[in-house]
Amino acid sequence: MDLAYSPEEEEFRGRLREWLAKVLPTLPPKPSPDDWPGRRAYDLGWQRMLYDAGYADVHWDASPTVRLIFLEETEKAGAPYVGAGFVGLLHAGPTIAAEGTAEQRARWLPSILRGEEVWCQGFSEPDAGSDLAALRTRARRDGDAYVVSGSKIWTSHAEVADWCELLVRTDTSAPKHRGISWLAMPMDAPGVTVRPLRTLAGSTEFAEVFLDEVRVPVANRVGEENDGWRVTMVTLSYERGTAFVGEVVACRRVLGEVAREARVNGRWDDAGVRRRLGRLNAEFRALWRLTQWNVSEAEASGGVPGVGGSVFKLRYSRVRQELYDVAADVLGPGALDLGRPWVLDRLSSLSYTIAAGTSEIQRNIVGERILGLPKG
Amino acid sequence: MRFQLTEDQRALRDGVRGLLARLFGSEALWAAVDGGGLDRGLWRELGAAGFFGLRLAEAEGGVGLGLPEAVLVFEEAGRVLLPGPLVATHLAAGVVPGAATGEVVVTAVGGGELVEWLDEADVVVGDAAGAVALRSVDPLTPLHRVPAGVSAARPGDLFVLLTAAEQLGTAVRACELAVQHARTREQFGRPIGAFQAVKHLCAELLVRVEVARAAVYAAAVTADPVDIAAARLLADEAAVRGARDCLQVHGGMGFTWEADVHLCLKRAWVRAERGGSITESEELLAGELLAEAG
Ligand SMILES: Cc1cc2nc3c(=O)[nH]c(=O)nc-3n(C[C@H](O)[C@H](O)[C@H](O)COP(=O)(O)OP(=O)(O)OC[C@H]3O[C@@H](n4cnc5c(N)ncnc54)[C@H](O)[C@@H]3O)c2cc1C
Repeated sequence: MDLAYSPEEEEFRGRLREWLAKVLPTLPPKPSPDDWPGRRAYDLGWQRMLYDAGYADVHWDASPTVRLIFLEETEKAGAPYVGAGFVGLLHAGPTIAAEGTAEQRARWLPSILRGEEVWCQGFSEPDAGSDLAALRTRARRDGDAYVVSGSKIWTSHAEVADWCELLVRTDTSAPKHRGISWLAMPMDAPGVTVRPLRTLAGSTEFAEVFLDEVRVPVANRVGEENDGWRVTMVTLSYERGTAFVGEVVACRRVLGEVAREARVNGRWDDAGVRRRLGRLNAEFRALWRLTQWNVSEAEASGGVPGVGGSVFKLRYSRVRQELYDVAADVLGPGALDLGRPWVLDRLSSLSYTIAAGTSEIQRNIVGERILGLPKG
Repeated sequence: MRFQLTEDQRALRDGVRGLLARLFGSEALWAAVDGGGLDRGLWRELGAAGFFGLRLAEAEGGVGLGLPEAVLVFEEAGRVLLPGPLVATHLAAGVVPGAATGEVVVTAVGGGELVEWLDEADVVVGDAAGAVALRSVDPLTPLHRVPAGVSAARPGDLFVLLTAAEQLGTAVRACELAVQHARTREQFGRPIGAFQAVKHLCAELLVRVEVARAAVYAAAVTADPVDIAAARLLADEAAVRGARDCLQVHGGMGFTWEADVHLCLKRAWVRAERGGSITESEELLAGELLAEAG
């Protein structure tokens, strides 16, 4: 067991730090959370800077340890988050890299890396959320295209996306996991309608997407026809495996800020508050260690991240919610003021135990796939 | 960074697991519960296997390994609920003659002013004057209490860390027992592990184990007091909550003397006290948040 980084890894860290110190002051001001076109431009601009500096493909080409260092350092330096690039960089990109043909990789990967195109994830449907394989959006073959009809929901930043990784049913007679295909759908195709949904935090973070006889070229199918469930599992393992690394670093920073606020406003004198802060420090330290453990394991096995991501997500999503509850306790009545820091974050944090698979579903995965308990 | 067990560490863990299965299997555990008293023969065998002298230099008759290896060994000890003042004797190796070989049993005044195995120990670290015997909740850990204020010393960091490693092992055991029972016990015509209420208890048992494991192993690598405090809190939680949930999974069987589960829970309670005051660990971690900011 070793927590020291190799000289090459430390060299990478040093170079990255230097570069961040140089470029971050040159960035334009962050757009407001509600300004999606602004956020798109900002996030893509940042990705372009990463590309030009040679850091663009760190999410899927670099070794897991280098990716860890990248996420740690960018977060510590206060660099922009992947933001609108999330689905492209962390789901669709790795999936296409692993499962796509040479043409598909050439078509989509460079534009993701250069920060030219934004992706969204069209998996969930109004009647198929946790039971994802129950999806009903249909794709009928017509010559060299699929004709897609149905609707998707909770599609994050669909408003500003160019492409959608879309799950469709290509065989309605097959058992539900067998008749699914994974398509790359252009969001500007005729028949695609996006209706933004307002979240409880007041913003439009996700949307409903209606699909009415949308033609998607057969050449846009990643993986075999009706083999989309397997491709989806590849996508989801990335979603749960590596998506939260940077956020653990962010949580530790926020925790320090909350402690300092408590010190300033007197809440620190309450031993109960101090003890909760201390416990959260233990939690985030341990989650960081667990991250290092999982990353080292991925490094050793050289493969797609395993179900260990579900173990991490279960604890992380709960503890991050507790962090903002403690912050609210420290703020007192200020916790009801949307103008105060952490109040919006507290609202956003309510999604962590739901998005990317609810905690209940994660417990099923841990119970069945790691512990080998029988299916219910 | 290779935060994984090395080949040697894996081999060590497997070797210790095999040794303990031989020396202290389920029958030995129950014989100890019924018999009481410290098994001096077992203690010497542990000494001969290098259990106590593990971190002592080879020149001094030890094995010359480090804290990470010690943590792996104590995790295995916790997994089989090995009784006796193991941590105190281990920490006395090289200081108290005979401790390394297991000839001499050493105990220490720990957190909560408690002393384990006082009557059986040859040497006591700390001041146990005026100690009064308690009726210990754990059938495998006789306890004395020293008058408040006599020995106010906080348990040392290594004492706390090795105790946390034992807690981790007991949490692993509780998880294994729960999963095994959930797979085999049938109700309503199915294994109870197929029911979500039970499956989810088991999943949370594993989550607590894995989080505690990462914290304990990292603290063994860094030996940093704040890392150790974090490891301690998470390992205590994993062991105590884990044993309770395991008991729940066992239903009525879990409430009997015959099931192993209560032994896990009671030992976990004893060790949670041994690690010193939980509040102090939390305060240390809270204080660090301000210190880090400068
Ligand atoms: C902020 C946010 C962003 C999202 N972004 C996207 C996106 O970009 N693309 C996308 O495709 N989806 C997205 N989602 C959707 C998300 O994946 C689903 O919300 C989630 O999988 C749950 O599905 P559901 O909402 O239909 O809830 P339901 O499945 O209806 O679940 C309701 C409740 O029932 C429980 N439940 C359901 N089934 C079981 C079971 N078998 N056992 C135990 N409990 C069960 C759930 O845990 C939950 O508590 C997003 C969601 C959020 C909140």
